[in-house]
Amino acid sequence: MFRNQYDTEVTTWSPAGRLFQVEYAMEAVKQGSAAIGLRSKTHVVLACVNKANSELSSHQKKIFKVDDHIGVAIAGLTADGRVLSRYMRSECINYNYTYESPLPVGRLVVQLADKAQVCTQRSWKRPYGVGLLVAGLDESGAHLYYNCPSGNYFEYQAFAIGSRSQAAKTYLERRFENFKDSSRDDLVKDALIATRETLQGEKLRSSICTIAVVGAGEPFHILDQETVQQLIDAFEIVVDDEGPASEPGAAADEGAAAEEGAGTDTGAGTDTGAGADQGSGAAPMEI
Amino acid sequence: MEKMTLQDSNQPNNSPLLNSEADSQRTLYPYVTGTSVIALKYKDGILMAADMGGSYGSTLRYKCVERIKPIGKHSLLGASGELSDFQELLRYLDELILYDNMWDDGNSLGPKEVHNYLTRVMYNRRNKFNPLWNSLVLGGVKNGHKYLGMVSMIGVNFEDNHVATGFGNHLARPILRDEWHENLSFEDGVKLLEKCMRVLLYRDRSAVNKLQIAKITEEGFTISQPYSLKTFWGFSAFQNPTVGAEGSW
Repeated sequence: MFRNQYDTEVTTWSPAGRLFQVEYAMEAVKQGSAAIGLRSKTHVVLACVNKANSELSSHQKKIFKVDDHIGVAIAGLTADGRVLSRYMRSECINYNYTYESPLPVGRLVVQLADKAQVCTQRSWKRPYGVGLLVAGLDESGAHLYYNCPSGNYFEYQAFAIGSRSQAAKTYLERRFENFKDSSRDDLVKDALIATRETLQGEKLRSSICTIAVVGAGEPFHILDQETVQQLIDAFEIVVDDEGPASEPGAAADEGAAAEEGAGTDTGAGTDTGAGADQGSGAAPMEI
Repeated sequence: MEKMTLQDSNQPNNSPLLNSEADSQRTLYPYVTGTSVIALKYKDGILMAADMGGSYGSTLRYKCVERIKPIGKHSLLGASGELSDFQELLRYLDELILYDNMWDDGNSLGPKEVHNYLTRVMYNRRNKFNPLWNSLVLGGVKNGHKYLGMVSMIGVNFEDNHVATGFGNHLARPILRDEWHENLSFEDGVKLLEKCMRVLLYRDRSAVNKLQIAKITEEGFTISQPYSLKTFWGFSAFQNPTVGAEGSW
């Protein structure tokens, strides 16, 4: 059951200088279904894969609007994600009340990271089991950040988290240099393709993915299902199923294949899945 | 019971219940006050003028009080009313700007943000029945956008192309309404402000003939050295002002 004697308390170091509880929290992010973000100079697009817990249930929401200029996509424990997005909403509203202007994205991200960090240093707390892709627009342009349970945060041009996100990352890594000058619609297209990469053989349909956009002159909003389906059809992603876009996915699929059934956000424990994802031997704190 | 009361009255009164009135310290009326501030938008930014008098009641007690201060990189604040309350406000703002700079992320509070913050502070204090006894003028330029606004001691706030506090509202605003226009040059703006200040100097008994004019543009702010206006007191109405005003002295 336990990996070792150093992983029962959040604040206990292992002799190798690791905090296992924090690392486990980072694993929780990898178990959640994938979330993807990418940005140009003026727009940020968030995408996520929706997985229902059972045939009988609907899926949980994974993209939240925080304010007109900020939104998040989460992977990991959805409940933790909701708590954090509520916190972010309240910070935005309070800032807006005091200054009548939108809270700079970078500042919100730092506050969020500080909040997560506190949980890694208190014996009576636990780290949040959720990773957040924070998309936002402010005076200095469009931003995409990744906040993880360890309290670290990073700014990205494009990023993907959650199960089988490696496939999406591989796609994004090949393409990200063009994103800076991409049009909004091209970003959405790339988001959809990257999302498809994380699906295992499953067909990309609007029912299993959510897309959200924020950008210059465009407040954060989640695209409705019909629009997404139209986009999928228009981009002919479904038609050229075996087209060049799936090339990079093929390589990553092998790794992803190892983590069968790691899909749900509530996460039936798949220890091996996360391992295969990233070569977890290296200190995962650096993620 | 009687004995206890006697004892109590001989000792320093420490009970918060007995002492509540003495403990609550709020401005019931202003002590040292500054008079009008006037400001206007001009071609490149904002111009603001205020004299340097500080009145203790109706005594002109201080003659060199700076009532225009820079707030951060993009804003100027001018204040009339209770000067110690203004100093308290400046402490709040110094802290606010300091913490804003400490983020070190390239974002900074502009005049609009500072104006709104001041509104919140003023209204919050009036809700505690402990107002900061000031009328504030906040002007600035950020990202090519000129901003000029006012906040009263109870939190009433608005923006305008030209503003004036106190007596200036009665004596300077009519002149500004007549003569102000969008494309005022710096020289014309200063002339217009000096015209207003001269009227105030003649008619406002708390005004002193030592004033500063401040300018803020995209490039930054400058606050002038104190200087005086030329006056002419030889008008016959000034010679014997009470003629025809029966009952005055």
